[in-house]
Amino acid sequence: MYEFLKDLDKRWIFLLMFLCVTIPIYVIAKTGKSFPEVPTVLSEAVFQAVEDLGQGDPVLLSFDFDPASEGELGPMATAFVRHCAEKKVKMYFMALWPVGPQMIDDAIAKVIHSDFPSLVYGEDYVNLGFKPGNEGVIKVIVTDMRELYTTDDIGTSINDIPMMKNIHSVQDFDLVINVSAGYAGTKEWVQYGSTPYPDKIKIVAGCTGVQAPLLYPYIPNQLPGLLGAIKGAAEYEKLVIDKYGGNDPDPKYLEAKRRMGPQLVAHLLIILLIILANYIYFVEKKSGVSV
Amino acid sequence: MKRNVPLFITALGGFTLIIAYFIPATQGWGEVAAIWFDILASIAFILGGGNLLKIHLKKVSDKSAGWAYSAITLAAFLTTLFVGLGKVGVNPNPQYPEYSLSGHYREIGSPFWWLYEYAFKPLTATMFAMLAFYISSAAFRAFRAKNLEAILLLGTAFIILLGRTFAGVYLTAWFPDWMSGLKIENLTVFIMSVFNTAGNRAIMIGIALGVASTSLKVLLGVDRSYLGSGED
Repeated sequence: MYEFLKDLDKRWIFLLMFLCVTIPIYVIAKTGKSFPEVPTVLSEAVFQAVEDLGQGDPVLLSFDFDPASEGELGPMATAFVRHCAEKKVKMYFMALWPVGPQMIDDAIAKVIHSDFPSLVYGEDYVNLGFKPGNEGVIKVIVTDMRELYTTDDIGTSINDIPMMKNIHSVQDFDLVINVSAGYAGTKEWVQYGSTPYPDKIKIVAGCTGVQAPLLYPYIPNQLPGLLGAIKGAAEYEKLVIDKYGGNDPDPKYLEAKRRMGPQLVAHLLIILLIILANYIYFVEKKSGVSV
Repeated sequence: MKRNVPLFITALGGFTLIIAYFIPATQGWGEVAAIWFDILASIAFILGGGNLLKIHLKKVSDKSAGWAYSAITLAAFLTTLFVGLGKVGVNPNPQYPEYSLSGHYREIGSPFWWLYEYAFKPLTATMFAMLAFYISSAAFRAFRAKNLEAILLLGTAFIILLGRTFAGVYLTAWFPDWMSGLKIENLTVFIMSVFNTAGNRAIMIGIALGVASTSLKVLLGVDRSYLGSGED
């Protein structure tokens, strides 16, 4: 056993990881069952921030991610849009990433077009599209939205969009929801949005796993709530489903919970690999082999 | 002239933003500077594209190692650019039917949409997904309990890895209430919000001080390394 592990070809590890991800995906798809989730304080804070909104309140949703991180962030984007639609708030979509508009299109098609067809474009939701400039965009729109956004994503003049009538800057939104995969994203929204205007701009966010530790220092004053990776998304999904899901929720609203299955098995594999590697290390150390 | 003008623009832009931040009456100056920045950021896309063309055309023309990849990059870049900018296969916007280019570049079924949906999306998702394989291989080869710091790191990693899944909840579900703080999911939150936050805040404060001093050097023209060597 020791001999086999000592010279273990990394292709065996790749195969194990492949199986650890595909088998749970298959089993969960076949049985429709997933692991239960216990929401943490941060997920509850995000949920509560949306819950506190009233009908017709303006909410800015900035989808700053791309297909590379869709696996991690797509489900929380879907859950955010669903929650906002259930609360009947006015949704203003924008993106700081070039392919962010496609992520917005996906969420709108998946949630609004299919389950909330009564919502009217321009009155209940609008897609403002992508603007280049990263934090430069945030710096401008926190004081004057029309300096950069003269049209929406499809070229309609802002002045012809009814729901833009009372929106002049980010300070006019009751909540900013940011789904972020990196730069520019939550950190920039906090630094240039909620930090200079703590009483006027409130931000909650969902981010990738690698970003989450870097955002904890902003909690709770500059960032009241944060969904970290697919785990955070699964917790938020649970809170939304518990309140609005009904008895038989659509599987698309349980996507994060389903993805927690492969994550669990993959994490266990990584722990097992670390233990095995250390077993080899200590055996070699004991036998005097140079390590 | 070649160096003084960029130095002047840098100093002017930087000091304008600093003054605008601290003096409310001058806030408008900062907004103007930020708008210029956004316009420049748009132009940077053209520069980026030009740079990409320059580098890869040179590789292809020199037939240097991996030139075929450069040829593929160029073909993909030019095809996407042509299809996207030219709005190939896109129907005109019903509001402006007389303008053939008034349609939306992401129209479902258009060639650009097809390229995004069936090339860009699966390729980038695949690249990201491959991280799982590298992480598992790295876990086996890199993490060794060689000293106390490494043991602490490994212990923390185990808690976080378990705490981010249902395994953490399941393993310590039997803990009585008075030990709830030791449940893995609660330990995970504690580690992230106390140790991680303290460490990250210290790093962030250090970085901020470094950024402030470096920025000041750049604005005052002491550090000119960003201008390059001046040799083409």
